[in-house]
Amino acid sequence: MNRRSVRGGLRVEGLVKRFDEITAVAGVDVDLPPGKLISFLGPSGCGKTTMLRMIAGLERPTEGRIYLDDEDITDRPAYTRDIGMVFQSLALFPHLNVAGNIGYGLRIRGAEKDSIASRVRELLTLVSLAGMGERRIQQLSGGQRQRVATARALALEPRLFLLDEPLSALDANLREQLQVELRLLQQQLGITTIIVTHDQREAMTMSDLVVVMNAGRIEQVGPPLEVYRRPGSPFVAGFIGRTNLLTGAAAGDGSITVAGRPFDVADGADAAGKVTVSVRPEATQLVVGGMPDRNALPGTVVFVRDLGELFECFVDCGIGEHVIVAGSPRDWVPVRQGAEVAVRFPADACVVVTS
Amino acid sequence: MSQRERPSTKTYRVLAFPVGMLLIFFLIPFGIMVATSFYHRVPGAFYTPAFELANWQRLFKPVFLERAVFSIGICLLAGLVCISIAFPFTYFLTRMRRRRHVALLIVVLSALSLSEVIVAFTWYILLGRASGVSNILVWLGLMSQPAAYQPSFVAVLLGLSYIAFPYCVLTLYPQLTRLDPEITEAAQTLGASPWRTFRTVVVPIARPIIVAGFLLVFVFTLGSYIIAFFLGRPEHWTLSVFIADQASANANVPFASAMAIFLTVLSLVVVGIVGVIESRTRRLG
Repeated sequence: MNRRSVRGGLRVEGLVKRFDEITAVAGVDVDLPPGKLISFLGPSGCGKTTMLRMIAGLERPTEGRIYLDDEDITDRPAYTRDIGMVFQSLALFPHLNVAGNIGYGLRIRGAEKDSIASRVRELLTLVSLAGMGERRIQQLSGGQRQRVATARALALEPRLFLLDEPLSALDANLREQLQVELRLLQQQLGITTIIVTHDQREAMTMSDLVVVMNAGRIEQVGPPLEVYRRPGSPFVAGFIGRTNLLTGAAAGDGSITVAGRPFDVADGADAAGKVTVSVRPEATQLVVGGMPDRNALPGTVVFVRDLGELFECFVDCGIGEHVIVAGSPRDWVPVRQGAEVAVRFPADACVVVTS
Repeated sequence: MSQRERPSTKTYRVLAFPVGMLLIFFLIPFGIMVATSFYHRVPGAFYTPAFELANWQRLFKPVFLERAVFSIGICLLAGLVCISIAFPFTYFLTRMRRRRHVALLIVVLSALSLSEVIVAFTWYILLGRASGVSNILVWLGLMSQPAAYQPSFVAVLLGLSYIAFPYCVLTLYPQLTRLDPEITEAAQTLGASPWRTFRTVVVPIARPIIVAGFLLVFVFTLGSYIIAFFLGRPEHWTLSVFIADQASANANVPFASAMAIFLTVLSLVVVGIVGVIESRTRRLG
C-alpha cells in the first residue's frame, strides 16, 4: 500500500449537542492536523463518543460546524462523508462472511466483482487475516473480529478513520497487542485517525495528540507526554495517570507555601493567591532522617507495597489525601509502615494546575 | 459440542402439566375428529360410528380442490401483504423514541381486543355503499356517487390482512428491538443510504423472522371464516367457510371433519415447503 497524500484535517467550531435536557457536548473548538492519530480521552459521559458520532454524521450537532479539509460537512449525511468507522460493538454484519463484510462498502459503490475480491485480499493481508475471507463472523475470536471491523472501515480509503472504544471488549494482553498493531497500521497508511478511549494508557500508547475531555468540554490538547507532564487542570492531572495535588498559597514572587512550608515551583505561580500544584508519584522522593528546608513535607508512612516493577508508599502528610511516592525497586530506601519520614517534591516536578 | 446435562426427572415432572393439557385439549379432540371423518352421516339426523371413505371421496371433487387452492392462494397473499406492511412498520417503530414507540405499539395491539365478528362488520360497513368510505370521496368531490367495495376479493384480502396484522407485528417486534443500531450506522458510514441499508442489511438479517411472521399470518388467516363469509361472495370463500357451513348449517360433522383434517395437512405441507426453501436459499446465500 502506498503512502497517501496528507489529507483529512478536521476542524470543529462551536460544537454543541443537547439531548432534551442533557448537554453532551457544551461548545468545542478544535483544529486537528491531518495524518495524525488523535485520542479523545475522558471519563464516560464526557461527550467524547457524541463528538465522534457528530464527526461521522450519525448525530446532528445542535450548534456549530464541522470542517473536513476546509469543506463544511455539517449538513452532509453519514453515507456521503467518506469516513470509516469502527464501532464499540464492532457492528459486523452477521449475515455476511468476513469477505462480505470487508467488501460491503465497495459493493455499495458498485465496484466490479474482481476488483472487490482483490481489494479484500489486500486488506485481509494488511490486518493479518489472509485466507480467512470465507469464515463466518460467528467463527471468529474477539481479536479477529476487531481486525475485520478495521479492514471494513479502511476498505474505501476514507479521509478520516474513527474508532469508538474499539478494544474495550478484549482482555488486557490482546488489547495492548492490538493497540500497537493499530498504531503501526495508522503510521503505515498515514491516515488521519481519531480514537475515543477512557484508557489513558491506550491514549499514551497510540496517539500523536491527546484531546482530554470532561463534562462536554475540552480540558487540554497536546502530545501525550506534554499532557502527562504539564497537566493544564487538576482534572487532567488526576485523569491522566495518578498524581499528588497540593494546595498552597502563592506569594506572587514565584514561590508558594504548602502547609506552612516553603516551596519552589516550575512556573505559573506569578500571581498571588490560592494555587493547586500537581506532582507525579514517581517524581517525589522519600527522605529518611532529616527534613529538607524547601519543597518537602513531613509525614508518617501509612502503607507500603512492592509491585515488582514498582515500589509504592502512601504517606500521611496531614494535607487530606495521602501522598503517593513511587519509584523503581532498584533505588528504593527501605521503610516500614509507621515510620516518620519526609517527602521531597522537586521544584521542576511541581506543576501549577490552577492559580 | 455443547455439554448439556441430561434433563432430570424433575424437569419431566414440570413438563407433565403442559404436555398433559396438550394431550387432553388438542391431540384427543384431533383424534376424535379423525375418527369422525370416517363416520356415517345420517341425513336429517346426526351421524353414527362407522368406517366409510365417502366423506374423503367427496373431498376430492374439483369444487373442493379448487377451494383448497384458492384458500392457500389468498392466505399466502394475505401473508405477503401483511409482512410487507408490518415489517417496515415494526422496524421504524423500534427505531423511534421510547415513549412514542410504546404508545403506537399499544394502539396496534389494541386491535387485538376486537373480535373477528366486529372487525368483519366494521369493514362491511366501511366498504359498503350506504355509509362507507366512498361517501367521503363523494363529499370531497373525488367521486360522483358512492360505490360498494364489498363483497369482493380485495375486501376479503383486506379483512384477513387486518386481523393478522397485530400478530405479525408481535412476531417481529422482539427481534427487531434487539437489532443493534450500530449495525445500520456501520452500513451508513460505508456509503449505504438509509434505503440501501434497509435492503442490504436490515432485511437479510431479519430474514428468518420475516419468514416466521409470513407463515404465522398464513396459518392464522387459513383458519378464519367470518371475514371471508362477510366480505366475499361464495367464490371468495375459503375452505374454513365451507367447514363451518357443513358443521353448523348442514349438520354434516363427518364431512366437516374430513375437510378440517385436509386443511390442516395442506397448511403443514405449505409451511414445510416454505421452510425448506428458506433454509436452502440461506445456505446458498
